[in-house]
Amino acid sequence: MTVAVNPTQTGEPVFYLADEHPHPEGHSTSLGFWIYLMSDCLIFAMLFAAFGVLGANYAAGPAPKDLFDLNLVAVNTSMLLLSSITYGFAMLTMQQNKIAQTQMWLLITGLFGVAFISIELTEFAHMIHEGATPQRSAFLSAFFTLVGTHGLHVSCGLIWLVTLMVQVWRFGLIEANRRRLMCLSMFWHFLDVVWIGVFTFVYLLGVLR
Amino acid sequence: MNTDTHAAHAHDHHHDDGHAHGTFSTYMLGFVLSVVLTAIPFWLVMSGTLPSKQITALVIMAFAVVQIVVHMIYFLHMSPKSENGWSMMALIFTIVMVVIALSGSLWVMNHLNSNMMPMHEMTGMK
Repeated sequence: MTVAVNPTQTGEPVFYLADEHPHPEGHSTSLGFWIYLMSDCLIFAMLFAAFGVLGANYAAGPAPKDLFDLNLVAVNTSMLLLSSITYGFAMLTMQQNKIAQTQMWLLITGLFGVAFISIELTEFAHMIHEGATPQRSAFLSAFFTLVGTHGLHVSCGLIWLVTLMVQVWRFGLIEANRRRLMCLSMFWHFLDVVWIGVFTFVYLLGVLR
Repeated sequence: MNTDTHAAHAHDHHHDDGHAHGTFSTYMLGFVLSVVLTAIPFWLVMSGTLPSKQITALVIMAFAVVQIVVHMIYFLHMSPKSENGWSMMALIFTIVMVVIALSGSLWVMNHLNSNMMPMHEMTGMK
């Protein structure tokens, strides 16, 4: 690209388009991140498909009705929903350049996320204690893979959240940190969208079956 | 100072990209809608209000779809204009892929299941 010159600067005729014009740093990050989320969506779609196909193969083992406690799932769902709105508040305070408030909302979001993961792990531990391990039936394999993958995403989101809180604490709300917080916000809300599918298709329809 | 001007410039440019930011009221509206759209399916299943399971299943699936759209609009700020329409294009492409993969898998595997030789015939053929 060294041969490409800006014609307005030199005044010489240029017979080709200089294809490398300056981009502001990170101007395409949000679109790129969105495309990553869409590919992540395909992973979840495949896991949902596997669960849809195998979800009724109990192999004479426990069925959703024996395993799931909808009260617990409702509490878990509200944790994730609350963390979504508190992340929204973090973004709003970020736009107003209020560092302390942004950090506070991020912290609250993280606490809701930790609560979600803790409840999920308690549920898993309880199921495994009752003998409903992933090896027990195809239904349980598909269940643990789908819900576990979602839980893993949330855990990664929490690590990311803590990392960004340290970044904001050290460097303030600079443009790069705003961009990162915006990406994490998309990631976090996306995980909430996936959870809508999980609680509807896995838990509610499972208990209904 | 240099970083400040750069940040200000980049931030101004950011708005030109058409990436929407939420406001307090849109976030709250999205949150209230989500709470309602979550609470009703849980209530329907836990209380068993509707007469048949099939109707309940269809209703809660409809609620899930509506809630996903609500999250997309109010939390993920999706609009046909964001990123000059490219994020919507990516979304539509993904939805098409997901629908093909999900419905295809369920349909084919369901057919395989129903066309499977019944178990007792299998054991009789040994």
